[in-house]
Amino acid sequence: MSSVIEMIEGLGRSVLSALARLGLAGRFFLAIMMVIGVPLRRFSLLVRELYFSGVRSILIIVVSGMFVGMVLAIQGYEVLQRFGSSETLGVLVALSLVRELGPVVTALLFAGRAGSAVTAEIGLMQATDQIAAMDMMAVNPIARIISPRFLASVVSMPLLACMFSAAGVFGAYLVGVKLIGIDDGSFWSQMQAGVDFRLDIVNGLIKSLVFGVAVGLIAVFEGYYAPPTAEGVSSATTRTVVTSSLAVLMLDFVLTVWMFRGLNG
Amino acid sequence: MPDVKPAQTHPDALIEIKDVHFAYDERPILRGLSLNVRKGEVLAVMGGSGSGKTTLLGLIGGRILPNKGKIMVDGQNVPKLDRSALYALRTRFGMLFQFGALFTDLSVYDNVAFPYREQTNLPESVIRDLVLLKLQAVGLRGAAGLMPSQLSGGMARRVALARAVALDPMLMLYDEPFTGLDPISTGIVGRLIRRLNDAFGLTSLVVTHDLDASLKIADRVIVLAEGKVYRDLTPEDVRTTSDAFVRQFADGLPDGPVPFHYPAPPLVDQLLGKSSAGEIAP
Ligand SMILES: Nc1ncnc2c1ncn2[C@@H]1O[C@H](COP(=O)(O)OP(=O)(O)O)[C@@H](O)[C@H]1O
Ligand SMILES: [Mg+2]
Repeated sequence: MSSVIEMIEGLGRSVLSALARLGLAGRFFLAIMMVIGVPLRRFSLLVRELYFSGVRSILIIVVSGMFVGMVLAIQGYEVLQRFGSSETLGVLVALSLVRELGPVVTALLFAGRAGSAVTAEIGLMQATDQIAAMDMMAVNPIARIISPRFLASVVSMPLLACMFSAAGVFGAYLVGVKLIGIDDGSFWSQMQAGVDFRLDIVNGLIKSLVFGVAVGLIAVFEGYYAPPTAEGVSSATTRTVVTSSLAVLMLDFVLTVWMFRGLNG
Repeated sequence: MPDVKPAQTHPDALIEIKDVHFAYDERPILRGLSLNVRKGEVLAVMGGSGSGKTTLLGLIGGRILPNKGKIMVDGQNVPKLDRSALYALRTRFGMLFQFGALFTDLSVYDNVAFPYREQTNLPESVIRDLVLLKLQAVGLRGAAGLMPSQLSGGMARRVALARAVALDPMLMLYDEPFTGLDPISTGIVGRLIRRLNDAFGLTSLVVTHDLDASLKIADRVIVLAEGKVYRDLTPEDVRTTSDAFVRQFADGLPDGPVPFHYPAPPLVDQLLGKSSAGEIAP
């Protein structure tokens, strides 16, 4: 009897603390938004973070995109040829990449590659009093440290997703056209005819932008509020990857439902 | 029988702290602390680990807010200031953090240049001269190109000191400036604190548990205990007093008014299994 009550109490406590953390993250987001103009005015702050988060992620994004595209080509060809429509492989691959895999896999990779690094960096700055020192020098750390890193994530994500999709299409071209021998012309022309700018490309970019906001916010939030110890920073880094991944997959579902509403009605 | 004098309003006080209470969650750290810091003096704040010394600096700098009480710095009540007024006041503070808190992604030069670049519109050529002068003052002009990871603890502390005095502050706050330094570095940093204070007409608050080092440089020593100013002494008093608490501190005795043992049931009881087993880890 008492153990049941304890269980319910424990459940209530963890729900409350999760809500409190969500509220804290919301306030933190507003605080970032108040000073988001700073990295836009002082462009060098943003450029540095774009380099560390974005440019340094390009290699892993392009290589992963290539492999995903090559696998899609093999899998897609196998199914399509059963229906005698293997020349539509280009459309299938392009749509899968632009609508789904590009934004989602890019966000997952970005969380692991750049998000975790941002959390660790900010957590260490917090643990070694660098953020406190900046605050005591009358320089707002949210403006100077947090907002450029957040903005860099928002800006990088769609660009990286484009690169991922482009590399994927190229990988599919290599496997589908060069290796399997699908007709070159129909691969590209079907793709061109089958991909809609507004419905597919813009929607994919919107997803990337939302993922950029989510991953960026989670990464800076976890770093800023990491306990100032070795374990604190390391578990915050792990939480960034786990929470970002979950958030990306859930947001993807919500956005997909919203984007394709009314398609069957 | 703590004999704290009631805080009076001194016309020459740069900092006036009155009856400040502060608690982390439910745990009280400061309980009615009152303190005046006079213009131009070097005040050493002593006290054991966890006695609230860093907390006191955080309150003076406005990084944390007291539950109760007044903290006047240069005529302004710090906890009541809004962000821009607080930042305006802080540009006149210099703070040296426990381990320097240098920005690890910036070189020594860029660390010292940071306050000028952020707070002034000076051209780079002027900033360059100022930075070199400040580094010269702490004897590290030759280290301008190094990164913080390449510095020893003492050098890092001196660079942080150069950065802290960059904007010619009125008040210097030092958090444990001697911790982890060898005797030579301790002497260097101590003399720098005194020399900067006198040369630039600053007021300095030096939080430390290094009694020897602080006696050499301080005009006045206060001891924090039980969340209050427990003693207010001159360095001469500290050497001669017979007060048990100060003697324990001054002579480094393991046991005295500050107990060596963390509170525990009697050892014999616990060994014989008479006290509850839950009090020790299995
Ligand atoms: N952010 C915090 N949250 C909870 N307790 C804290 C925090 N910071 C310090 N404390 C506790 O407050 C007490 C006083 O801390 P501090 O002022 O840092 O002591 P000192 O600098 O004299 O060693 C310590 O017992 C410490 O554990
Ligand atoms: Mg301390």
